[in-house]
Amino acid sequence: MKFLAGSWVGDWLTGLGRIAALAVEATVSLLTLKVSWRDLLYQIYFIGIKSQSVVIITGGFTGMVLGVSAYIQFHKIKMDTATLAVVGVSMCDELGPVLTALMVAGRVGAAIAAEIGTMRVTEQIDALRTLATHPVDYLVVPRLLASTLALPLLTIESITIGIGASYLVGVYLLGIDPVYSWYNMLKYTGNIDLIFGLIKAFVYGGIIALIGCYKGMSCSVGAQGVGRATTEAVVYSSITILITNFFLTLILQRVATMGL
Amino acid sequence: MIEVRQLSKAFGAQKVLADVNLRIESGESVAIIGRSGGGKSVLLKHIIALLQPDAGDVLIDGESIVRMNERQLLRIREKFGMVFQGAALFDSMSVAENVAFPLVRKKKKYTAGEIEKRVAQALEMVDLPGTQKKNPAELSGGMRKRVGLARAIVYEPQILLYDEPTTGLDPIVSDSIDKLIIRVRDHFKVTSVVVTHDMRSARRVGNRVLMLHEKKIYANAAPEEFFASQDPIVRQFIDGVADPQEAIF
Repeated sequence: MKFLAGSWVGDWLTGLGRIAALAVEATVSLLTLKVSWRDLLYQIYFIGIKSQSVVIITGGFTGMVLGVSAYIQFHKIKMDTATLAVVGVSMCDELGPVLTALMVAGRVGAAIAAEIGTMRVTEQIDALRTLATHPVDYLVVPRLLASTLALPLLTIESITIGIGASYLVGVYLLGIDPVYSWYNMLKYTGNIDLIFGLIKAFVYGGIIALIGCYKGMSCSVGAQGVGRATTEAVVYSSITILITNFFLTLILQRVATMGL
Repeated sequence: MIEVRQLSKAFGAQKVLADVNLRIESGESVAIIGRSGGGKSVLLKHIIALLQPDAGDVLIDGESIVRMNERQLLRIREKFGMVFQGAALFDSMSVAENVAFPLVRKKKKYTAGEIEKRVAQALEMVDLPGTQKKNPAELSGGMRKRVGLARAIVYEPQILLYDEPTTGLDPIVSDSIDKLIIRVRDHFKVTSVVVTHDMRSARRVGNRVLMLHEKKIYANAAPEEFFASQDPIVRQFIDGVADPQEAIF
């Protein structure tokens, strides 16, 4: 494997291995140690509550745009009332979890990387270690737990707002029949769609927290190092979410088909 | 007891420490001096396993710590307190929360009252009573180092490590930090290791002075003997005279 040393492939594989090791360390810590409720609640507040505005705006406008686009196509074949069904399935399955995760990655992933990165360059992480505190226990576990708990809840919020906004635009702006629209949406949007969305949100929550923490903990010295870690946390989280989404969709669809 | 055996460390191509040997007995107070970038802080960080050596061993009370993982090291680090060059206070916490941090994280549970009392005692010890509610950003450099020291002594460790405690401070504040180090040493009977390039500080706080030069321990003597040394390298460092070829202009 010497030929990989120093190359970008080697660096990429090393980074992947380190994130995997961080995930294992965090899971072990999560299973064996008592989590500080105070730290966890603060992180849930920071990741969940403080992301409300971003998630509401994203969900609302995505639902409205999707509704209008679907209506334009369905109207050509006189199937206006199918609009909300398309919005429902799309929001639950794909757009709700993915767009929520991308927005949270931008806000929270960057903040996690910047905070932990600054702690690293100002020797605060070394100080933690000298005070007999494992940085993973104190910094990673509360963020990982909060992120995996908050993302599904934020996704539910995004889906609800998206469908609600699409309903309002469809019914009051485009003149779609409200009863048939609602009926069709409930008919074609199954519980399984929502479950898929929540599973994805859970996974994306873990990705955002792990990559943010890893980038912060491994950032190089100086203001430039923190800046780079922050940018990389957002870029890598977003790319990983999009790639994971494809494979997760394939796996979940396969599992659902086998189950049926 | 701290024992360093044949310790070597390089960062990339730059070798910082080469076969360093060192032994510090319990209760001893040692000042480690040397030029900037000479590996003093690197040596200190090896003693508490913040860095891993390329070769050699570090023993704390006879137990080798170089092959321990981060979780095993937690037990060893309970014996230590460390004061960082920049204090390394947690800037999201108040002074009281910073000082209380090691007590809150300890396996032994303290009541809120006990924690409050110990924090107040530690802050009094470093001459900063009543500063519990302040934020680190509101403190001067000297005050931050005092809070860092309060955080390091609040759980009464056996070994205290100081990384350039007087760097960047004016002579009067430096003097007060030196007195504080001596007071803490005498009060808690701790083993103290002070990394510094402040000659006055080294003379006062150490029972022994070690000088790092050319990646090795070059001199090792009691302060009186060390400062009376006529060795040209030691003398040059004590007198603070640059080599002619090091002149910038």
